[in-house]
Amino acid sequence: MRIVIVDYGMAGARIAAELHARGGDRKITVLGAEPHRAYNRIMLSTLLAGKIGEPDVELTEAAGQGVDVRTGVAVTAIDRVAREVCTADGDRHGYDHLVLATGSRALVPPLPGLHPLPDRVIPFRTLDDCRRILAAARGARRALVLGGGLLGLEAARGLAARGLDVTVVHPTGWLMERQLDPAAGAVLADTLAGLGVRTALAVPATGVAADADGVRLDLADGRSLHADLLVLSCGVRPDTALAGAAGLAVDRGVVVDDRLRTSDRRISAIGDCAQHDGELTGLVAPAWAQARVVAQVLAGEDPLARYRPRPVVTRLKAAGIDLAAMGDATGATPADGTVHGGPAEELTFADPARGTYARLRIRDDRLTGAILLGDNPAVGTVVQLFDRGAPVPADRRSLLLGRAFGPAPAAPAASPALMPDAATVCQCNDVRKGALVACWRAGARTVEELSAATRAATGCGGCRDAVAGIADWLAGAEPVVSR
Amino acid sequence: MVLREGGPRIEVAPRPFPTNRGGLCQKGWTAADLLDHPDRLTSPLLRDRPGAPLRRATWDEALDRVVAAIRAVQDRHGPDAVAVFGGGGLTNEKAYALGKFARVALRTRHIDYNGRWCMSSAAAAGLRAFGVDRGLPFPLADLGRADTLLLVGANPAETMPPLLRHLADQRARGGRLIVVDPRLTATARQADRHLQPLPGTDLAVANALLHIALTEGWLDRTYVADRTSGFDEVRRTVAGYWPAEVERLSGVPVADLEATARALATVDRAIILTARGAEQHAKGVDTVTAFINLALALGLPGRPGSGYGCLTGQGNGQGGREHGQKADQLPGYRRIDDPAAREHVARVWGIPVSDLPGPGVPAYALLDSLGTATGPRALLVFGSNPVVSAPRAARVESRLRDLDLLVVADFLRSETAELADVVLPVAQWAEEDGTMTNLEGRVLRRRALREPPPGVHTDLEVLAALAARLAGGAPSYRRTHNRGPRPTPEAAERFPADPQVVFEELRRASAGGPADYAGVTWERVERDEGVFWPCPDPEGPDTPRLFTESFPTPDGRARFHPVTHRPAAEEVCADYPLHFTTGRVLAQYQSGTQTRRIDALRRAAPEGFVELHPDLADRLGVAEGDAVRVVSRRGELRAPARLSPAIRPDTVFAPFHWPGAARANSVTNDAVDPVSGMPEFKICAVRVEKA
Repeated sequence: MRIVIVDYGMAGARIAAELHARGGDRKITVLGAEPHRAYNRIMLSTLLAGKIGEPDVELTEAAGQGVDVRTGVAVTAIDRVAREVCTADGDRHGYDHLVLATGSRALVPPLPGLHPLPDRVIPFRTLDDCRRILAAARGARRALVLGGGLLGLEAARGLAARGLDVTVVHPTGWLMERQLDPAAGAVLADTLAGLGVRTALAVPATGVAADADGVRLDLADGRSLHADLLVLSCGVRPDTALAGAAGLAVDRGVVVDDRLRTSDRRISAIGDCAQHDGELTGLVAPAWAQARVVAQVLAGEDPLARYRPRPVVTRLKAAGIDLAAMGDATGATPADGTVHGGPAEELTFADPARGTYARLRIRDDRLTGAILLGDNPAVGTVVQLFDRGAPVPADRRSLLLGRAFGPAPAAPAASPALMPDAATVCQCNDVRKGALVACWRAGARTVEELSAATRAATGCGGCRDAVAGIADWLAGAEPVVSR
Repeated sequence: MVLREGGPRIEVAPRPFPTNRGGLCQKGWTAADLLDHPDRLTSPLLRDRPGAPLRRATWDEALDRVVAAIRAVQDRHGPDAVAVFGGGGLTNEKAYALGKFARVALRTRHIDYNGRWCMSSAAAAGLRAFGVDRGLPFPLADLGRADTLLLVGANPAETMPPLLRHLADQRARGGRLIVVDPRLTATARQADRHLQPLPGTDLAVANALLHIALTEGWLDRTYVADRTSGFDEVRRTVAGYWPAEVERLSGVPVADLEATARALATVDRAIILTARGAEQHAKGVDTVTAFINLALALGLPGRPGSGYGCLTGQGNGQGGREHGQKADQLPGYRRIDDPAAREHVARVWGIPVSDLPGPGVPAYALLDSLGTATGPRALLVFGSNPVVSAPRAARVESRLRDLDLLVVADFLRSETAELADVVLPVAQWAEEDGTMTNLEGRVLRRRALREPPPGVHTDLEVLAALAARLAGGAPSYRRTHNRGPRPTPEAAERFPADPQVVFEELRRASAGGPADYAGVTWERVERDEGVFWPCPDPEGPDTPRLFTESFPTPDGRARFHPVTHRPAAEEVCADYPLHFTTGRVLAQYQSGTQTRRIDALRRAAPEGFVELHPDLADRLGVAEGDAVRVVSRRGELRAPARLSPAIRPDTVFAPFHWPGAARANSVTNDAVDPVSGMPEFKICAVRVEKA
């Protein structure tokens, strides 16, 4: 079986690896337009921050028998009748099954001065973009980022970590408005300010002017911001050009079914370019899940494998920022408190001075959405509960504070006097307070004598202080009577 | 510990020693209680026919029966139709002799042991990374000087309490302790940070820690370049384990992952230790490998005060895995499929190399095949109780029942002995000389304090007698006062009952192997507070610290191996919606054959239980102490509920020390690691019902 994979990004590399891992007699050809081997897009902001080098973002790749990876080879057309793809260098590659993993492209907003893109204005999407940003940032002092979504903020954070003075310009009233509510957005803006990233909110850009000395961004409120470079992070659009030209069903993305098949059953689409059940993903985890399903079906391992989308969790994690957002947390609670199912609950905690904000929504003991920003020790639990639709803890406070406060475990007694005789002092040797008291009464006086008689503190040794405390207390409470 | 003979009674007394520093838990203190326990076996037992009760028999009768049955089985089905199952509690001498007995006296390839269920994943991972498997490549006391100590799936506060003395040292010096465990264990409570991942996700956690170390620029790139090989592929693999994704998989917050990576990477001395929680999985070898990769990338192994190690689970968990009890192994940690190793060992054993069998199969595969068309039809068990300790125990029990012959050498009527055709009463620890090798790779002496009671023989004597009968066939066996069976001259030479003679042979057999004992003598062990292997020369030094200069691999470099997360062999589903995991409690040990018979321990831990989170209990309508059933696809256990917020609400726990209705291994999964053969004791899918 000949399988051709178009584009060698995170989705394309993953499906190649998934297919290769399943062995079998298949010839896998990967055609990647970018000149490099597959890399981890998620790590590009770390690369931008200067903490790692380019080799560190490389992804593992399928290599060896049966896998032919060709980088720098752009596919120009699909001949569905001949079942061949044509490449820019004039080659044709026949396929029995074709996987489109063409990803998405950065959107360049329709602003005056951006067509064509000036040198100092760079989208943030690919490794090449990253290289150009880094080149432009060398010797630069100020940077602008247009777009206050997840990627824009990551780029801003990366550039700030390089010591640049960064301003994020965002047309909406608060950052990441699709994931956050206004209060969370405000806390996030404060957090960013503390990290050297300024924000200009609720103001659309109206034009760009760039020359050899710098770039100027004009805003709708009449202000003009000046910088050495401008990074564009204004969203992405699925790359459906090949699919569209080949006559496949295309909406916003290439339309696929639960098996990730397009309108041609010999062609699948996965990752950013695919539109499943009306939704685009734009994230790596779903792309990899899709790659797995296609591999399972193509390899015959599980012909019934189907893609089931998981709920989206947006996670922004960089030094000094810890944000998780999921579900319907941005919306207002319906007036009557019910939509379907039981009444909606809402939990909130805000400590804006310390950059912490939490808002969780619960219905029928299940999380329906959450925003967690700052120091939220239960974030791992919240993400898992949301992901799995698992019931939330009876003590809701543990979702905000990381631990339950329900019936408290018996606290160690402040004084041995308050300790019941049955209280275990030494776990390792199962010695209770009563036994130590009895030993004292029988004449043991020092910790060593008490230990020798009861074996307390002879295991891990952790209760030695407690035994000493009891000895002291007994010495005070029952003065040794000289005989 | 040492023993004092206090008149007629033997008492335990602590002794200062660098490993336990004089510490003993209740199990150690009470260990002498079994020496004269009323349940002690003092006569062979024999079953006249299937279904008949076990009755007392003479040694002659019992041994004749064993030998006749072995001959009958082997005549009919060939030498491999007899199998041997050993234990990680046997002394080095016994473990060595048992491996030799299987290959030389029985000429079977089938021998394996319960350590397969304990140390095999860490062993396999250590071997492939470092070229050697020694639990700790440094003395235990190094823990006390670590700036950061990461314990993964280890609960020494309950399983090895004296070790905590070193942790107390560590904390007193300002060191940080980080514990990874799905339960807030007694050990985790003492930690500065507790990561509480979903069971079965440790590998991903390790890869995420390495991912963070990579992205933060914390790798020791010089060390990676100079002392290791294979990093590039690991680097590309962990690039796919960004923290947010692993948080979602494991439930460990990104901030905790970052803080852990930082604590390991930005200090002088850091130690990473794994134990069964990480290892007893169908991906146990890869999970350990992921932590070794992390340690290597941070430049820890071989650096003073730093490194990777694993905590041993049984009394002789280290020595028991070095000298031939394993299916694929010859003494000195040699491979049985290595022609040079076969040549060497065959010469020591005085047999043609062509007579030496090849590798057998790992423990569970062996037990699973018993009594089947292709499996062994006779089994000899020494120092193990698989009816309680094997995964999917009901299946194993049924396999044992289908045997033509089951022989159990033990000093108590274990649940496995109850199924035996012949039970041979053997000596206890205070009645035999020998050596053990502890988790530091330190060879220690065990000294006999008294003779075994009348009617009881040592394991070595039993092996000698069986070998003699198998060799000669003549009634060559004559019992003398307490010194046991007297074998024929040749067999006596080949299977000596004197442990020091056995040890001398072990030295020769191990010479030149990875676990080289050639320079270890009993005298030296006694003089020097133990001897660390490898120790090839009686006059030369031993090796308290490995890897300081190089690794025992062909090119002297440690080897990275890329490893990827995969789901547990059995995932939760609508019918079995909860994760089940198993472990130990403080006052019991292993299958409980010994500890369940000690009054003080029974008082401290009287019965099995099922630990579940109060929220889960509430949903199930279960209150503290209610009987609950834990049901998996393989079986069920029934025990009282113990409610505790220390466990994740999606996971239930049961200790594995009890037989019968509370047997945790009725539930566990028999999926095994493809490399080590380790069963997946630590995770399967269950439902919990009020019983």
